[in-house]
Amino acid sequence: MFKVLDSAVPIACWSCSIGHNDSTLFCPHCSKIQPPPGGDYFSVFGLEPKLNLDLSALEHEFHRLSRKLHPDRFARAEENEKQWSLADTALLNDAYRTLRDPILRTEYLLKLQGAELSADSESRSEKDARVPADLLEEVFDLNMQLEEMRAMRKMGESDESLEKTLAEAKQQFSGMLSAVDDELREAWRAWDQGDAAAQLESQKRMVALLDRRRYLSNLVRDVTETLGA
Amino acid sequence: MAELNSNGRVVGIDLGTTNSLVATMEGDTPQVIPGVDGSNLVPSVVALDLIPGGGGRPTVTVGNSARKALIQTPERVIYSVKRLMGRGLEEIQDELKLFPFHLAQDVEAGEIPRIQLGELRFTPPEISAYILRQLKRNAERFFGAQVTQAVITVPAYFNDAQRQATKDAGRMAGLDVLRLVNEPTAAALAYGLDRAKEGTIAVYDLGGGTFDISILKLRDGIFEVQSTNGDTHLGGDDIDNLLLAIALNEIHAEHGVDLRLHPGAVQAVRKAAIEAKILLSSETAAHFDIELPNGDRYQREIPRDVFELLIEPVLKRTAGPCKQALADAGVTPEQIDEVVLVGGSTRIPAVRQLVDRLFHLSQRGKRPHTELNPDEVVALGAAVQADILAGASKSTEEMLLLDVTPLSLGIEALGGTVARIIQRNSTIPASATEHFTTGVDGQTNVAIHVLQGERELAADCRSLARFDLKGIPPMSAGLPRIEVKFLIDADGILHVSAREQRSGQAAQIEVKPTYGLTDEQVESMILDSFDNAEADFAKRLLIEARNEAETILAAVERAPQNPAWAALRGEEQAAIFAARDRLAEIKQGDDAAQIRNATLALDQSTRRFAELMMDAAVSSALRGKTMNDAGEEMTEAVTAPHAMAPAEFK
Repeated sequence: MFKVLDSAVPIACWSCSIGHNDSTLFCPHCSKIQPPPGGDYFSVFGLEPKLNLDLSALEHEFHRLSRKLHPDRFARAEENEKQWSLADTALLNDAYRTLRDPILRTEYLLKLQGAELSADSESRSEKDARVPADLLEEVFDLNMQLEEMRAMRKMGESDESLEKTLAEAKQQFSGMLSAVDDELREAWRAWDQGDAAAQLESQKRMVALLDRRRYLSNLVRDVTETLGA
Repeated sequence: MAELNSNGRVVGIDLGTTNSLVATMEGDTPQVIPGVDGSNLVPSVVALDLIPGGGGRPTVTVGNSARKALIQTPERVIYSVKRLMGRGLEEIQDELKLFPFHLAQDVEAGEIPRIQLGELRFTPPEISAYILRQLKRNAERFFGAQVTQAVITVPAYFNDAQRQATKDAGRMAGLDVLRLVNEPTAAALAYGLDRAKEGTIAVYDLGGGTFDISILKLRDGIFEVQSTNGDTHLGGDDIDNLLLAIALNEIHAEHGVDLRLHPGAVQAVRKAAIEAKILLSSETAAHFDIELPNGDRYQREIPRDVFELLIEPVLKRTAGPCKQALADAGVTPEQIDEVVLVGGSTRIPAVRQLVDRLFHLSQRGKRPHTELNPDEVVALGAAVQADILAGASKSTEEMLLLDVTPLSLGIEALGGTVARIIQRNSTIPASATEHFTTGVDGQTNVAIHVLQGERELAADCRSLARFDLKGIPPMSAGLPRIEVKFLIDADGILHVSAREQRSGQAAQIEVKPTYGLTDEQVESMILDSFDNAEADFAKRLLIEARNEAETILAAVERAPQNPAWAALRGEEQAAIFAARDRLAEIKQGDDAAQIRNATLALDQSTRRFAELMMDAAVSSALRGKTMNDAGEEMTEAVTAPHAMAPAEFK
């Protein structure tokens, strides 16, 4: 189950000995598989870091690379090629999973740029604690209603008007969520097309938008869970 | 690890809770390799007896003959061992109440459970290894050559420990396990082979002991799993146990007999319950008619509607995982183009109705796919994957399976919560890198607890392993930066590596898997090396061929005493004798293939005789004997492991 993997990156191809740029999955000279390259997730797909991506082209490239890299293709290979196939495919899968999801992609790019994001590992209650200022009042009301609803559910009772209020609240917050998504896409464009200063500006905006988005989507999830229970 | 032997076959194995199968690609089509008794299914039942003076080595029987021993010597027989694979003592207590076998008492918590049979004790992977060895032998007999490499299927929802235990079992059986494949995905491969379709498919797999649901996207020969869910303790066994409990309770109440005190009798009722269940898939009612030890008879009719009410709670437990899998894949039931049914339990009409409702099938004018035998489709798919790995043929050249990890991987954080590092349904291989540091000045060890599961608290998740990062250079608290890389490989098994970034040295990792065997333990449990030596192999094939020949010769010798013999025409009798004489002669030589051919020829010549005997047995049963008595007589008359075996009463 446990073993120490050696991930040292050679400068020259292990097979043909011709030197190559180390951020490549295959040797440009002899086409043999190489150890995991050092570049970012975008470079795995030969892409520049951009937030607007052609998802169907990304999927196509993912499938093309999978066919070449997957451990299934290296069952006959030497042990070192097997290990690299495993490590390279893990990198490819991690990169695809991150880039195809708009939020993970945005977070990843921001981290690449050195932006400070709220820690992923913080618990649900910590995340919930930071209420965006403009939502304070509505969230306070909503939490009261959610508590009431849960208490009633426990007693096996129901209240149609409360359910209706909650459903409306869900719709309202879902609306805010898609408004945030629109703003995010706006920020993507600014980042993809802007100069360094515009990018920095856009990054700040995206950090704030992601915080707000996380908060809203937790709210929507809580209401959905309570209504659905 | 041995390199892929270019002419060595890679076989596909379905190691099931109830039945196991081995399959191979023949040209463009996968096919199941039958056992010596002609049957494709090898019951996952192992009977172990201690040889007196055998130096602690047991005699092992696997499959149908072991299943027969279940009623006579239930304390010597192990079945459904898959339910115990990779699990801890405290997890299997409920399970054990239903089994006739017992666990060794002196095993400490945290150690792998051992099944106690008389003086012998076995770990669950060892029992599975006996089943795998039987399948390996069946394949070797089929090819006339050694088989050392296999693909083995596991439930998609198996966790790391259950997967590792399966791999260990393969190694003990002398098999290099090239890949573990998830059962529903294997089924999709088997179906996908003959139609280059595109679209989204759902595989609903309700087997003997496990339930899986997988949603896959098919495109350009790539089978990309989107999501998977399931329950590793839900299946046909649970339905059998419901029927069994009813019968046992009623027998106790109405006849004052507590059969639970008689393990053999419980197994007889269990067998009747399974037969009733199977019958209820095609009939509207089934009957229990069981003779009790006190001479009473327990008779009861079970109408199908009563049966369906009874099993509804079991079937309903499959609905939640299906809905979750759809949600995780981000699709609605309407977006599922095709549904594939896998596992013997999907023959139950109520299961098909449930699937129809879950995926809105009939309202969209669709029907689930059942063209391939639901008992065999997983093994067939395993053979396809074996062919992909061997890179052996054109038909699978363009196919590639991209599977996912069924459970999230996490690390215990402060306060007993779980920090997720790899989300469930991530395509595998998948990896995550985490950084750890020290909390106290001069600290040289960091303890890490790895978990699998979806719950928020570590205590509610499955503990995979605890490990210590050792040899950290003493520094001020928070200064060391230890990078730990978690990698889930294509088998769904976790690997961990670590390095201290400031000193650049690889940190030492000391691991204690929560449930599992160490390398040394697995090594010590490897079954007879006899199986693996080339010269011994040829010898074994010859011995097996001679044994088969002797068995059928003995049966033919007794044949004239059977009343059915007189019904044969003179030339039929002469043909049997001619085939007998030829086999007797060839058996003296040492060509295993020739002996086998002569055995088959003799078997062919006795086919009509076997049919006549079968008829006689049935009519004698109608004259007041039980089918079982007739069956017992028949099996005594014809015990040959050849095509006459279908006459055997199972």
